[in-house]
Amino acid sequence: MLTFAGFYGLMALGLNLVWGMAGMINLGLVGFFAFGAYVSALATVNMGAPIPAGVAAASALTAGAGVVMALTTRNLRGDYLAIVTLGFSEVVRLVASNEIWLTKGTDGISGIPGPWRGRVTPETFNLIYLAIVAVFVVAAFWLLERVRHSPFGRVLRAIRDDEQIAAVAGKPVVAFKVQAFAVSAGILGTAGALYGHYISYVAPDSFAPLITIYAVLALTAGGTGDNRGAVVGALLLVFFMESTRFATGWLPGLRPVQVAAVREFLIGASLVVVLRWRPGGLIPERIPRA
Amino acid sequence: MPELLQLLVNGLMAGTVLAVPAIGFTAIYAVLRFPNFALASHATIGAFGGYVANTAGGLPAWAAVAVAFAVAGLVGVLSDTLVLRPLRPAGAITTAIAAVALNIALENVVRFVFGNDHRGYDLPLQRDWQVAAIRVGPQQFQNLLIALVAMAALFLFLAFTRTGKAMRAVADNPTLANVKGVDADRVGRLVNFVGMGLAGVGGMLLGLDTSIDPLTGFRVILSVFAAAVVGGLGSIPGAVVGALTIGVAEELSLVALAPAYRTAVGFVAILFVLTLRPRGILGERAY
Repeated sequence: MLTFAGFYGLMALGLNLVWGMAGMINLGLVGFFAFGAYVSALATVNMGAPIPAGVAAASALTAGAGVVMALTTRNLRGDYLAIVTLGFSEVVRLVASNEIWLTKGTDGISGIPGPWRGRVTPETFNLIYLAIVAVFVVAAFWLLERVRHSPFGRVLRAIRDDEQIAAVAGKPVVAFKVQAFAVSAGILGTAGALYGHYISYVAPDSFAPLITIYAVLALTAGGTGDNRGAVVGALLLVFFMESTRFATGWLPGLRPVQVAAVREFLIGASLVVVLRWRPGGLIPERIPRA
Repeated sequence: MPELLQLLVNGLMAGTVLAVPAIGFTAIYAVLRFPNFALASHATIGAFGGYVANTAGGLPAWAAVAVAFAVAGLVGVLSDTLVLRPLRPAGAITTAIAAVALNIALENVVRFVFGNDHRGYDLPLQRDWQVAAIRVGPQQFQNLLIALVAMAALFLFLAFTRTGKAMRAVADNPTLANVKGVDADRVGRLVNFVGMGLAGVGGMLLGLDTSIDPLTGFRVILSVFAAAVVGGLGSIPGAVVGALTIGVAEELSLVALAPAYRTAVGFVAILFVLTLRPRGILGERAY
């Protein structure tokens, strides 16, 4: 479970860079996550690449996809980026379901290697993997904290608060936004790749739009704009999801599909509630001193 | 050649049906200035509302469509008043995110009540009509007529009634409309009723061709966005032109691509239009 918190934490950190700092939106988080998972799975299973190479390829290619999308909507209002990213996540699922020669369609790719999987007991594997994910989360956190305190991060916040003033101050707004979006997409792709190597199986069904909501919920609950908020939010999210699983188990007389519906409803509803009454999250953003 | 003509006819018919929810999306965008992604679940709710009227209430399809409009429209007004309107001051993007969350919540309400099974409407079986080398299903033709009637009604409403004019005024210039004493809240409720109602009609028309399930609306949402963006976000004639373009493009893509990629056509069209002409075919401005 903590490992999953790590995946959501990485996604929330990636989202924080574009949304929390640069004020851009990505509603297709799950698309980038899935893209990264598939790239790494294909590289390791079909081409026999070592796992680190697969993860690296996933980060790089996902960042590239992010550049394309940020460039396409560079002169438009954020709404367009929202539509394009949401569309991207659907197209990723379509391609994954239909290019059977490449992705085995809805059957998914199984047997994705994990580090030391099979050579140690499953419990040890889980622990090792938790450590690996934790290292990635810490690294991303450190990197993004550096960004936040750097002149680069300051410019991103300026763009978020008023793009025109940032442009008047001589900052190349488009270049900043594209870079931020690319780094963020790269982090999402990395999270996806790590997920694939952990579960050892990826299929289009694993990447439902609900995952985007999970990541947004983690970030907004923890505190948009604050990297600690992203990590804390991810932990809260996993705790919340587990407790809804526990609570809905006690509801009598419901069919399994109804139980699933109640849980998904609660996730959606809680995001609305957080946005409405606690938009700053648990850890509201504090602007670091320059 | 006859095959191409058949695809063209199919595309125009599909495009006309697609235009209905696309108008809803673009009308809400024009007045309230945010992309309301909850449209998908409202299309589903309309489809299920029509389904209950059709199977349990015994109404014929064309009458059940009116039920679909009313149900989806009412849910649209309620969900907007309770959930989205309080968030609007926080900005278009926050509202859009909340709309995605709202969409998931509503979709699961439908799932809770009706389950995940595919359901079919209660329709008389009819043989396809044959005109020269072109085949047309009577149900598709009826859908086409319903879509045209819905659009004509909307046009008359916007062009000739006082309320319709108020709606256009707010879309055009909210500040000026406010100065002139137009009640923006009322117009907001109205556009949600009409827009989500149209989404419900669209969901039902799409369901009449095949079957419905909680994901009915979500499956077409990409085509709906594409129609609205290609035509020019915020422009109602644009949504119609965009929907026809997307409808034909999706059908013609069948010549070269696997059927499953029909919806990807919409995404490619969005990227293409945003790169070359961001305001779309008929849009006046892009933001």
